[in-house]
Amino acid sequence: MASIEVRTAVTINRSPHDVYSAWRALENIPRFMRHIESISQAGERRSHWVARGPAGLRLSWDAEIVADQEGELIAWRSLPGADVENHGLVRFKPAPGDRGTEVHALIRYRLPGGVLGQALGNVFNQGAGRLIQGDLRRFKQLMEAGEISTTEGQPSGRQREREHGR
Amino acid sequence: MKAVCWIAPNTVRVQQVPDPALLNPRDAIIRVTLTAICGSDLHLYDGYIPAMLPGDILGHEFVGEVVEVGREVNNLKIGDRVIVPFPISCGNCFFCRRDLWSLCDNSNPNAAMAEELWGYSPAGIYGYSQILGGYAGGQAEYVRVPFADAGPLKIPDGMSDEQVVLLTDVLPTGYQAAEFCDIRPGDSVAVWGCGPVGQAAIKSAALLGAERVIAIDRFEERLQMAREWSGAETLNYAEVDVIDALKELTGGRGPDACIDAAGMEAHDFGLEGVYDRAKQALCLETGRPHALRQAIIACRKGGVISVPGVYGSFIDKVPMGAAFNKGLTLRMGQTHVQRYLRPLLERIQRGEIDPSFIITHRMRLDDAPHGYEIFKHKQDECVKVVLRP
Ligand SMILES: NC(=O)c1ccc[n+]([C@@H]2O[C@H](COP(=O)([O-])OP(=O)(O)OC[C@H]3O[C@@H](n4cnc5c(N)ncnc54)[C@H](O)[C@@H]3O)[C@@H](O)[C@H]2O)c1
Ligand SMILES: [Zn+2]
Ligand SMILES: [Zn+2]
Repeated sequence: MASIEVRTAVTINRSPHDVYSAWRALENIPRFMRHIESISQAGERRSHWVARGPAGLRLSWDAEIVADQEGELIAWRSLPGADVENHGLVRFKPAPGDRGTEVHALIRYRLPGGVLGQALGNVFNQGAGRLIQGDLRRFKQLMEAGEISTTEGQPSGRQREREHGR
Repeated sequence: MKAVCWIAPNTVRVQQVPDPALLNPRDAIIRVTLTAICGSDLHLYDGYIPAMLPGDILGHEFVGEVVEVGREVNNLKIGDRVIVPFPISCGNCFFCRRDLWSLCDNSNPNAAMAEELWGYSPAGIYGYSQILGGYAGGQAEYVRVPFADAGPLKIPDGMSDEQVVLLTDVLPTGYQAAEFCDIRPGDSVAVWGCGPVGQAAIKSAALLGAERVIAIDRFEERLQMAREWSGAETLNYAEVDVIDALKELTGGRGPDACIDAAGMEAHDFGLEGVYDRAKQALCLETGRPHALRQAIIACRKGGVISVPGVYGSFIDKVPMGAAFNKGLTLRMGQTHVQRYLRPLLERIQRGEIDPSFIITHRMRLDDAPHGYEIFKHKQDECVKVVLRP
């Protein structure tokens, strides 16, 4: 079984408390993690995750929070039976000189065997790091700007005019 | 609506496209009442900035009237006339809070692309390639303005679009370039390029107390504008050796600060130009930094090189040895327009600057293709084109 590790960091111009709380409130996560379709809470420390995988595949797993220190860190791991085994640690620490909070993420995936593992391996090898960085960037945008920057749905000369006039 | 679309190098077309819609809570939709073509647009037109897609809507200099606001926009209401700064900036990040608006962390949806090229991503810019966000621009009847609660400034009653449209870019850009020069009494400032940005830099250097401003270009009408508008002395680089002339004019010291307002497409007649064109053809270099090279050589020891002129990726043969051994300071970047909006608006109101002086051509949006052509080729004594949708 192949395993993949991603480490990345971002600095967010908000207090460690704010950043931690936003992350801990799992319902925010699908807004900034592009591949996560839904998360449902199943108790104080347990949750059920559904993700969009390659080629329209849907992946799911149960996760459990294994460490939780207010304003400092959150760690989790998937429970047996996960489509993709994963565990991770996100640490929040004050950035120097009034720069907000450093978010350091460390995530490990263990890919299953077989066709699914191969398909996932292709995606992950092309840039699990990029994927996670994108997620953290969107998290930062939500925290700092209150919204995620986008151009999806804007006009261009590549579309035909739907309707004219305002 | 109608919009000016980039189709291919040297081709723009006015096309019917869908109207923009609010996409985020901090958005507003503006009905554009006046928009301008910028020297920066020429870099796109000429194909010097990669990552343009056919159909991209151009334009980052525009003013207009608010027609729709998102639910988080509380400072603007429908019918307000606004000046929109060209950098798209959130107002809340480390950079915005430090008045470094063009470096906003949160406005480029394609930040990963910019990081690939530059390490970190600057702010998104309207109509300025996929690398800077792929935002639809304002050379159109309507435009979507993100973070409308943070950037745009209301136009005071009684001021015309022409008086304020250059506050979206050109005037702050020239002003920032002059401010970068740390002008002190007795200083001489030399400015390469007498386009709109050069004119604004020349005027600003004079306002900030430069003893002398020396303007350099090869188009007589532009040199004349610099003399008339700002009292600059002028050098035609097609006629004189610029480095020698500057040395002579400054009593053998060299200008205290040098501004490159020509940018990555600066011209050169000599052998150096042949070398750069050959390399560009092979895609090894993406700019022709002739003005920058000259500025570095001409500058006095310990002086400042201020670069408002745009550079995209790589340039060759920058005389780093001269910059280093003369202890020069290099300052550059896209303009932090939001920082300068109010103070410059006040200068306009007090009658200290009238940027509409730079506008030479007024056209309909439909005539944009012609506007791009004459501005590119500096025909018909064109310095600045504004378009009215
Ligand atoms: N930093 C910013 O935020 C910012 C904003 C706006 C424009 N710009 C850049 O400023 C530059 C000028 O813009 P503009 O609108 O004035 O364009 P422009 O094309 O009208 O002006 C450029 C001028 O430079 C002159 N020039 C060319 N080669 C020269 C040389 N070797 N020596 C002296 N002059 C030379 C040209 O004759 C022309 O008059 C462009 O690179 C543009 O992208 C930067
Ligand atoms: Zn411009
Ligand atoms: Zn910002």
